[in-house]
Order: sequence, then structure tokens, then C-alpha cells
Amino acid sequence: MTSQPFRRLEGGLIDRDRPLTFRFDGSTFTGYAGDTLASALLANGVTLVGRSFKYHRRRGIVAAGVEEPNALATLREGNRQEPNLRATQVELFDGLTASSQNRWPSLDFDVGGINNILSRFLPAGFYYKTFMWPAGAWMFYERFIRAAAGLGKAPLLGDPDYYERRHAHCDVLVVGAGPAGLSAALAAGRSGARVILVDDNAALGGSLRGDTATINEVPALAWVDEVGGTLEALENVRILTRATAVGYYDQNLITVCERVADHLARPDPHQPRQRLWWVRAKRVVLATGAIERPLVFANNDLPGVMLASAVRTYQLQYAVKCGRRAVVFTNNDSAYSCVSALMGGGVPVSAVVDTRASGPGDAARKIVDSSGVECLFGHAVVGALGRQRVTSVEVMALADGGSRVTGRSRVIDCDLLCVSGGWNPTVHLFSQSQGKLRYDEGLTSFVPDASSQAESSAGAARGELGLDACLRGGIEAGAEAARLAGFTPTEDVEAARCDHVDEAPVEALWAVPLPARRHGKRFVDLQNDVTAEDVALADREGYQSVEHLKRYTTLGMGTDQGRTSNVNGLAILAGLRDSDIPSVGTTTFRPPFNPVTLGTITAREVGADLAPLRLSPMHDWHAGVGANFVTVGLWLRTQFYARPGEAMMEAINREVLAVRNAVGMVDVSTLGKIEIQGRDAAEFLERVYINRWTNLQVGRCRYGFMLREDGFILDDGTTTRVADNNFYMTTTTAQAGPVMAHLEYYAQTVWPELHVHLTSVTDQWAGMAIAGPRSREVLAAACEGGDVGDESLPFMGYLESRIAGVPVRLFRMTFSGEMAYEVHTPSDYGIRVWEALMAAGKDFAITPYGTEAMSVLRIEKGHVVGAELDGRTIPADFGFERMQKKDRDFIGKRSLERPALAYGPRKRFVGLISEDGRKIPRGAQLVWNPTAPKPVPMLGHVSSTCYSPNLGNYIALALLEDADGYQGKLLYASSPLTDSHVPVRVGHSVFIDPEGERARG
Amino acid sequence: MLLIECPWCGPRDDQDFTYGGEAHIARPERPEKLSDEQWGDYLFMRSNPKGTHLERWVCNGCRRWFNVCRDTVTDEITAVYRMGEKPPGAIKKAGRKS
Amino acid sequence: MHATSGIPIVTMSKYSIFSLVRNALGYHENWPLAWRSPEPKAEYDVVIVGGGGHGLATAYYLAKEHGIRNVAVLEKGWLGGGNTGRNTTIIRSNYLWDESAALYEHSLKLYEGLSQELNFNIMFSQRGVLNLAHNLHDMRELSRRVNANRLNGIDSEILTPEQIKAIVPILNTSPTARYPVLGASLQRRGGTARHDAVAWGFARGADAHGVDIIQNCEVTGIRRNGARVEGVETSRGYIAAKKVGVVVAGHCSVLAGMAGFRLPIESHPLQALVSEPVKPIHHSVVMSNAVHVYVSQSDKGELVIGAGIDAYNSYAQRGSFAVVEGQIGALVELFPIFSRLRMMRQWGGIVDVCPDASPIIGKTPVENLFFNCGWGTGGFKATPGSGWVFAHTIATGEPHPLNAPFTLERFTTGFLIDEHGAAAVAH
Repeated sequence: MTSQPFRRLEGGLIDRDRPLTFRFDGSTFTGYAGDTLASALLANGVTLVGRSFKYHRRRGIVAAGVEEPNALATLREGNRQEPNLRATQVELFDGLTASSQNRWPSLDFDVGGINNILSRFLPAGFYYKTFMWPAGAWMFYERFIRAAAGLGKAPLLGDPDYYERRHAHCDVLVVGAGPAGLSAALAAGRSGARVILVDDNAALGGSLRGDTATINEVPALAWVDEVGGTLEALENVRILTRATAVGYYDQNLITVCERVADHLARPDPHQPRQRLWWVRAKRVVLATGAIERPLVFANNDLPGVMLASAVRTYQLQYAVKCGRRAVVFTNNDSAYSCVSALMGGGVPVSAVVDTRASGPGDAARKIVDSSGVECLFGHAVVGALGRQRVTSVEVMALADGGSRVTGRSRVIDCDLLCVSGGWNPTVHLFSQSQGKLRYDEGLTSFVPDASSQAESSAGAARGELGLDACLRGGIEAGAEAARLAGFTPTEDVEAARCDHVDEAPVEALWAVPLPARRHGKRFVDLQNDVTAEDVALADREGYQSVEHLKRYTTLGMGTDQGRTSNVNGLAILAGLRDSDIPSVGTTTFRPPFNPVTLGTITAREVGADLAPLRLSPMHDWHAGVGANFVTVGLWLRTQFYARPGEAMMEAINREVLAVRNAVGMVDVSTLGKIEIQGRDAAEFLERVYINRWTNLQVGRCRYGFMLREDGFILDDGTTTRVADNNFYMTTTTAQAGPVMAHLEYYAQTVWPELHVHLTSVTDQWAGMAIAGPRSREVLAAACEGGDVGDESLPFMGYLESRIAGVPVRLFRMTFSGEMAYEVHTPSDYGIRVWEALMAAGKDFAITPYGTEAMSVLRIEKGHVVGAELDGRTIPADFGFERMQKKDRDFIGKRSLERPALAYGPRKRFVGLISEDGRKIPRGAQLVWNPTAPKPVPMLGHVSSTCYSPNLGNYIALALLEDADGYQGKLLYASSPLTDSHVPVRVGHSVFIDPEGERARG
Repeated sequence: MLLIECPWCGPRDDQDFTYGGEAHIARPERPEKLSDEQWGDYLFMRSNPKGTHLERWVCNGCRRWFNVCRDTVTDEITAVYRMGEKPPGAIKKAGRKS
Repeated sequence: MHATSGIPIVTMSKYSIFSLVRNALGYHENWPLAWRSPEPKAEYDVVIVGGGGHGLATAYYLAKEHGIRNVAVLEKGWLGGGNTGRNTTIIRSNYLWDESAALYEHSLKLYEGLSQELNFNIMFSQRGVLNLAHNLHDMRELSRRVNANRLNGIDSEILTPEQIKAIVPILNTSPTARYPVLGASLQRRGGTARHDAVAWGFARGADAHGVDIIQNCEVTGIRRNGARVEGVETSRGYIAAKKVGVVVAGHCSVLAGMAGFRLPIESHPLQALVSEPVKPIHHSVVMSNAVHVYVSQSDKGELVIGAGIDAYNSYAQRGSFAVVEGQIGALVELFPIFSRLRMMRQWGGIVDVCPDASPIIGKTPVENLFFNCGWGTGGFKATPGSGWVFAHTIATGEPHPLNAPFTLERFTTGFLIDEHGAAAVAH
């Protein structure tokens, strides 16, 4: 175990009393509570942390936060393994295990490094120009390209953790708890508005956590604690830490990913790992700060080249020295605070290289003057030198407004190069909200312009980089947000005070020119290995739109979404095109701001909870007798009831024969049921069904078809006139929802003048059908009082009665073609009535049957279901054209008169019998000659197929063109899929009892 | 995700509603009098404007239909009104030029 | 095939491993433009409105197959910036109806030779497309479609859960899953391609044949002389044209409005997302109709995940997060190991949806004005085929037999080609 050679002995916000042990690539290290994985690695002198995506170059830590492009690691092992985490965002915990990625066999020796040697032949988009020969060879090359690409490895085991979603509403959502965000939350919170303050980090303060400033005459962190305490005490304020606002959607919906337990080895029991908040806010204040830009020069990807602000953060917040001797390279004043942090922390600074000939402002100048650091104004680092990491830098003078370097180069020894190329306001969420960006010449960056939603930006996020401006801007934005949300900001909230620092303006230098006749890699996008030369190549080849640049070079397409590279790349392109930056444009920032775990998005809706499962009121009875279940939509239905030792087909055949020869009972509770009430109920049915309804007597049922307005069948079903102004409609199981929606739509939007009320009662009624020649006897035995004979309950009749003391609705209708009754009873009595009927049927050998037997029975009778009513068929296809009313309109009628439906060649409904006793394959197509050359003309298709135990043969229903012409003819039911081409005889669609005598009894 | 104000249930996320397409397309009184072209027009042709769109939604809570005026570019909802009502004064049923 | 096919590419510098090495020695400073950025001329024989894959393919085939080179492609933004650059790049042809199968199969065949045809690697990777079945209804529909495909000469098969597991070991095929996998259809010739490359390859090819590709040129009006089209008003001035072909996907209704007619189309958001890149873990394309999700892994390592369309009309290029949530729920159920991977980027496109989920390719009420639209969620896979038949239609004034059924008139006559269920989305 090594000590922490780069850890300062004092200072920082780490807890030296809580040392933590962790492993990186198999080696064991220690860090402290309060560290990130990155700061702990730096404290241990680990500078090589990853390999780049394309060239596999050695890479070190660059940043201290969300913008880190290089330091991606795989965290944990086994089923908690997680790839591609930024070491700068991973809070250290005891026992943490991390490994580097995209290298083989090891980080130090990586075979993929060959790509770096060959890099000259692998410019941006090289793969579009080769790997094309011979034709079809791409898949050969692709295998190697795929293996080389990707970053970390996905886990191979299921996720043991769980996730949560939470919906929240507030008046003001403040994103970011730095100086501006805290001020905004304070101003809004004091007004009484419901405030949610979210921050990415474990503690409040944002940039102030690595700062030496004083606010209200106390150290900045003391001020943070005080404001934090005040906010905590306000009941109307909720603070979420370790919570990143990731998505900004329509009407101020912001998703916030809270990392509840990622800082622990594993979540506490009953604790989710992460929680996704869906926050609807009346107003949003974006105080998301700014992200420092690197500078682009040769070899700027060497480990040891870091953002100046990150070096300062490591120095002050984590008490980590990022090197032994530093050079600072900047084009703005902010990096000078890094100089003072380094010097104060015992890291000598060899030189400050400032691209600005005039140097920095007074405050910055005071820092270098007092410390005696050598300053090279009007100079630039033209290259970082070193193999494993930076060992020195080469500096030259800039000339001609930065367009070339000149004079003798000078090499300065250092192992740390701190760079600052200016600041980009973090406008990602603003951009996601559809707000328009504006290029600010003074800041050399994009800032928010016009808002598109109820939102405002504050502090550095809107380009006000100074601390005093952040504090003031935060108060103003928070108060304004509260006011616009309907609250009165209190007068006593004032902006906290701090010294104003005068800074000299930043001076853009988008890429340090290469010295004459020299070539080198100047990286713009470190993660995706995109260089300034790649940008030039894209421009040269015509990929001149920003989006083409991105897509051709992959600039900004990495997991860091180009936080450190987008603006540099854009500016370099603008320079090449002699254009200004605004006219080159900017790319769209897409959600999420930071990658979001997929498990967090789906939260608890996984596994069995992904979708509801609907169970019949009699489900427990079926389960109790060992029924086999099948999924039908959301429903679980009984497929068949196998007896011990009985195979599926045996059970089905037994059930079918029982119905045909004695009596059976099936659960039909899943049918859709709709009560249609009101004085215009009959008229309403007249308009939605193709057949006649106003003449239906009370106590009678009728079968009908319902069409969509385009003429195709929506559903079939039976509707009963329970009372004069009360109809009880049943729909198919699958179409229950669509039919209800269809009826409501017409009732409310098309015919609001009709007095009709619709109520879905599917879940209120249990339904069971008893069918077979002895069904009436069973019913008579079960019903208490009242005759169920032909007189009182004729075919298609309706009767109210009681079974087992429970009210029931009796319908004499059939799906099987046998004499049959449907018995409906309030759901809670379902099992009671079912059991009573089973008991009453015992003497008649009543047999419960499932959906398979039901299907065979209806196929034998040529009854249609969803397989036939697939949204592409009309009543005439089934011979029901005479059911259609001629004298009045109904939904879909006019469409039936269009050429295609009125006299186009249509496939019609037929029955098929296997000619040679072989099974008619499912999904078969009907052909004249299955061995004809392809494409084989298809005459129709098999919609339903089964074995008929009553006919002792395989039968099927089909839709067939020229159905009349093919009657009695032999065709083939062709299934290349199963390599079976079964000869079938075309016949009528009703195989059993075509006269319908059995049903009428 | 849209925030839609049901006239009866108040503001809810769009997943609590079902979309019903362009509003104010009246079903012809006498479909049989229409030519195939006219009927096809009623059935299928839509203005599909880029900009102001008058559309129908149904609330999955109270199951009632209503009209919404929404900008199809910004998704901003500028009016919600009941079935049978006319769109609020300033709104015309026309696509915005863009 | 037209008599003028096979005209050698005249101005294009050839891409090859040799040119790559040669240019490397010159530090890549001598690569030519992939396409020019010409100023629009006052008049063209044909103006194509829309510089996506379909529009560029149309221009390419007009020049190559029909010898019509005085062609401009007008693109309001950057070429390939619409649905071409936003889709999940799935290519397959296993459609149910003969008409659709023939059209998409023609397209797939063109894709199979497209890299060589265009001398631009579009990375067509025939890694196989699986459509999962989760219940008996799905299985029946799959059987019907696969049998129809096979009789139409399109490769298609059905796999058992064990066979699926062999191809996609990370798929949850447990019988107790909320959506158990009962089987899947597989089209082995299906796969994915690099979407941007398809647009760029066609652009480079069309440019080499003399087609003017004019970006940042928005069409603001369609000028008619009586019943006949005369030209287009654009943000860069009036451009006269003997014929105009409009292929603008989600914006087709806007263009139809300029020409004075309406379309049976609504524009909807279609969302997609990618995960962070990981090492190869998923080698095929998996689609599930029932749960509305489809997923492949790009060559870069990102999981490319598509959702169902949003229900409402929109031109916003974004949709409801609730749709993404539902899609990811289904994804994690099918692929439990994806739970700890992360969504890196999400976006939306604008898809033009026809009532029968089939496209419209052909003539319009305005003479010499042609529309190609209504591809819904299925446009990318059709790109070369769509361009090929549309070029034929524009060049000859009459549809090719392949697109003859896909008329606008079918919405009057009722001869619809109902492909609902063709995509992993409910329209």
C-alpha cells in the first residue's frame, strides 16, 4: 500500500480521520472521505488513467467535474459492475474497486496503441473511404472495428439494485447550488414559494468549494453553510444534493437524477440506488455555472495537461498536488488564481504563459508580481513534451494576432501544465428548453439569449463570471422567479457582499498554430480523438455545417457531449471558413445533460410490474384445479384444464367433445362490457352498428358488427336490451378498450345532442358460458325460481334470475354453436356462481373448458375472432352484407361504397379441410402451386386452424380471393416456414350444423 | 412532456390523456351525398399545420373530450375549450407560415 | 434499366485504401470536396425539394439511370439533417403485403451493392433483424408474414427461444418474464447501415454526375401556371423547374399546402436514444412490436434504441419523456443487463404518418409536381429504393410498377396497403 505522496498535509475539505481503501486496476490505494476517485488517484500519483477511444493514447485526468473527457473507469464488479463512470464524479468509498477501460492487456501496455502509430492513416472518416472491397467484406472488417471501439464493458448479470421515480411540483426550481443558485434559492424561498434546489455534488457550494474568496467578510464556505442552514430551516424549501438536473422538457418538466446510494458500497436495505425526479416547476432558475475550456496545441493530450480550474480545485478542495512543478498557460485572468493556489500549496510555478500581449488585469498581475513567477505575455505553449506524461513544454512568441508563432522556442521543464482557454457558460439545460443562444464576443462564448420557457439563467450560466455578479444575479433571478410564480419577494433579502475583481478580457486563441514545417496532433475532442487537423479535413472535404463536422469527425459525440470541445471545434471551423462564429452556428444540446442509468428511467416498472396483469374473478378457481394459463393482451386466461397424465391436445379434444355431446363451461369474464343508457341509447346503437337496433325488444339480444369510419370492422359482439333505455353491450376481449373509446368519441364529439351515457363495466361483471345439449338442464338446476325454458328464455333472449342467492343476468347466446347460455354476475360473486353451476352440472358431467377448446368450437362453427377481424376486413368478406342497413347511415357505411370496398377484388371467408389428414399450418398462405417460381402468387391466407375432434380432421378458416370460384377446389396451404404444403379442400366456413339447429334447441 | 389542463380535472401530464387528432372536422350530415373525393377528404385529409393546431384530446381520468389549441413547433398550449365551443377569438384555424 | 445507365463517374476522385495512403503522406491536405456548394441556377430540368437520403438518392438515380443531370437538390438546412440523420438505421424488407415487400426488397438489394455503387462505405452490416413474438397472437402474425415473405422470395425464418438465445444470449427468454419470448422472425439479410454515410454517399455521387446540391435554401412557395408547376420560391430566390419532386418527410404537408392541396398525413415525433458506448455485447437487431422497442449496437459501441411514435402532431423534433420511459422499461425487461448502462443522448425526428402506414410516391393534383412522403417510421430502409422509383416516376411522368400501388388516389378509392404492425410502433 502506497502512501499518498501528492496529498498536502493540511487544508482541503477531506476528512483525514477517515481513510478509505480502494483498488484501481488491481493495485490498492488509500484516500480520504470527501475524495473523488480522481482526487484520490492524483493524491497517489496515478497519472495514467485511461486510453483514448480511437488512437488508444495515454490519457490522464484533465478536469475535476462533469466535463472530464478522459478519466472514465469501470466501477465495482460482478452484478454491480458499471462502465464509463467519470472518476471526477465518483465519490470514494471504502472498498471501491475501479478499473481502466479500452486497453488490452493493460493500461500501461495496450496493444491498441498500434492505432496511434498508424494514426496518420486513420484521419477523421477514414472508414468511409475504405473497407469496401470486395463487396460484402465490410462485415469482416467491421468485426475488428467493433472490437476496437466501445469503452467499458457492460455487466453480464442482472441488476441487483432498484430504482425509484418521484413526481414533484414546485413554484421555483433552482438548478445549481453555487453562489448564484444559493442566492436564488434564498430569495425565492424567503418569499414563501415552494422551492426545490438541486445540486450535482454531495455538498452545497459549487465552485465555492474550491475557492479562497470571502463573502460577507467570512470565508466563502462559512457563507455557504449559513445559507444552507437558512434554507434547511425553511419548510417550503427542499434541497436535493447528489442530484443532477439532466433533462429539460416541455412545459417546465425537468428530470433530476438523484444518486441516492452511489457513494456507498451498496445501497442500504430498502434504499433505492438512484431516484429520478420528474419536477414540474412554475419557474426555473438555471444557475449551472460555467465550464473551463482547454487550449488546443500539439500533444495537448499528454497526462499532466489539466484545466487550471481543476488544478485549483484539487489543490484547495482535495488538498492534492497535481504535479511537482507547473506551468500555467492561459488566455484569460481566471488561471491566475490557480497560480496562487499552487504556490500557496507548495507547487512551484515555473512560468505563466499568457497569449495576451498586454497580460492580465491588475488583480492577476498582483499575484504574479508578488510571487515572482516568470510571465511570458504574448506567448503560447506550442507543444507539450514527454512520453508517459508532461516533462516539459515548448513556448514560442505569438505573432500576427495569434495566427502564427515566431522566434526561438524555449523549453520549460514541468510535469504539470495548467491550461485555461476561457469559460463556457453551462447552457445545456437552457438549450434543451429550446432557448436561443447568443455568441458573446467579449466572453468568446455562447450565452443564453431569449428564453422559450418560464425560465431564467443566473450567474456564470448567463455569462456573469465574477463572484459578485453571481451573488447579485442569483438574488435577482430568485426574487423575480418567485414574483412571476405569484409570490412577493421579501425586501430584506440582499445580495451577499464580496470584493469585485477587475479582470482583463479574455482573448480568443482557438488553436495554437504549429511552428512552420511541423506536424503534430492538436486535440480538440480528447475523448473521441478529434484534432484540429481533423476539423480542417472535414472543412476541406465539404463537411462544413457544424452538424456535418460533428458527424464526420465525431467531435463532441462522446460521453462528455463535447463539454470541453464543442466551442473550440466550432471556432476552428469558423476560422477555416473565414467566417464568424455565430454564422457557423452551434449544435443542439440534447438531453440528458449527464448520462442517466436506464434502470433509473424505468424505476419500479420492471419485471412483473412493467405492465398490469388482469385476472378473471374466477382465476383462483382455475388455478386451484391446475389450469394451464395463456396470456391474452393483459389478461391471463385458462388455455385448457389438463387432467393428470393428459397431453395438451388430449385435454382440448376432451373439452371440445364434452361441449358437443354434453355440457361445458368457460370463463368469459374478459369480454368487454359496456352499459349504454339514456333515451337515445337505441338511436346511438343504430348509428354505430351496421344492423338495426331500434326494433330490438326489451329482453332480447342481437349480434352485430361495428365499423370504423373507413369501413373496416372494428369489432363484433352481442348487445342486449335490458330495459327500454338501457343496453348491455359485450365486445371481444382485445377490443374492449378501443370500442369504449370509439363510442365515447362519437357520443361526445360527433353526436353530443344524443342523450346517451356510456359506462365500461368490464371489471364489474364476471361472465361464464355454459354450452352443450345439456346446458339448459344445468341452468334449470342452478337457477332459483323462474323457468329457463324456450318460453321465458328463447334463443337470443335475456332473463334476470338468481343462482346461489346471487343476482345473475342470463343471456341465451352461443359462440360454440351449441345450445348455450352466458351467465353474468357481479364480479365478487363470480366464484360463488361458477361453483354453483359446477355443482348443478355434476350430474351432467359438466366440463370446464379453456380458450383452446373455445377456439376449436368456434372454428367448427365458422365464427370470427380477432384473427379474422384484423382491421382489414369488412362485413361482406364474411357474407354479412345483408346485415347492413340500406335505408340509413351508420359509421363506416359511406366508406363501404368506395370502389375498393364495393367492387374491388376482395378476399372472402371460406373453410378448409385437410385433404390428406395432415395439419394445416398456422399462418399458411393459400397457393395454387407451392413449387411455382418465386414470387409465388398468393390467393389468400389461413386465419385460424385447428384439429376438429368432431370431424376427425384438420380444418381451418381462411380469407381467399375469388372464393366462389374456388369452392370445392383443391389448393395448397403453404408454409415454407415449416416446409409443409398441405392440400386443402375449399368449402363453406361452417363445418358443423350449418342450419344452426343445435343452438335453438 | 406536455402539461394539459383538462377543463374538469385540471393540469395533468400528457400520458393521462389520449390524443384525438385535428378538431372541428365535422362529420358530414349526409355522407351518401358526397363524392368519393369528398368522403376521402373527410376521412383522411388533414391540414397538419406547422404552427397553431386545434386538436382534440380525451382525459383518461374523467373520460371527457375537449379541444386544445397548441403550437406544433413550440408545443405551447394557448387555449383549452370544451366540445361544441368555438376556439377563443384571436385563434384562427390555419397553419402558421414558416 | 434505362439506356443511359452505366455512365462513368466523371468528376469524382476515387476512395480506396490506396488513395488513403497516398493522402496520408500528404498529411491529408489534398482531399477534394465530397460535393460542391454551387449557387443555384435560374432554371433546372428537375428540382428536388429535400436534401435527405431520399431526395439525394432521387437526384443520383435521375442522373445515373435517366441521364437527367440538370438537377438541383434544395435543402433548407444541412443535407441529411432530417430523419436521415436521426433514425435508428434498421434495414429489412420482411413486409406482409406483396406491394410493400417488393418495394422494400428492391431497396434492400440496392443497399447490398450501395457502398461499391457509390464508392462510399455506408457500412451496411447484414447482422440480421429479429422481430420478437410474446404471445400466441404475435406468433400467428409472424407465421403469416414469414410465409408470405418466403413465397415472395424474401429470406425470412422463425426461431425458437433456444435459437434466439444462441444469437442474442443477453435476451431475457425466461418463460416467467412479463413479456416472455415465444419466438422471433429473423431476416438474416437485414441489418443496419451508417445513416449519415448514406446521405453523404448519395450526395457525393449525385454531385459527381453534375447535380447541384444547394444547402441552406428553404423553399417558401411553389409557383404554378394553371394546373402545372413552374418553379419554386426559395430563401435564395426563385428557381424555375420543368419538374419538381418533393421529398421532405415530416414537412410534406407544409409543401403540399404551398401547392394548394392537402395530404392524408400527420407529422408526429419519433424518439430515439443511444447509450454510452460499450464493448460489443449485442450483435443483431432486436425489435418487439408488442412493447414498442428496438435496439441494435452501433460500430462505435452505443446501443441505438428506438421508441414508438408520440401520439400527437408535432414539428418540434422532440416528444414526451413518458414515451422514452415506457420504451426503456420494455428494453430493460428484455435485456436485464442493460439496467446499469446509461442513456447518453436522446432526440426526436418528425415522421410523416399515413393512415395505412404505407408511403405515397407519385403524381399529385398539380402537373409535373411529384410527391414522395408518408414513410412514417420506415423511411431509412427504403432510401435507395425510394429514390430509384421516384427518379423513374419523375423522369417518365409515370410510376414504376413497384410504386404504382402507392398513389395518393388510394385514399379516395380505398385501395389501401395496410401495413399496421409492420414496424415496432403502433401508428
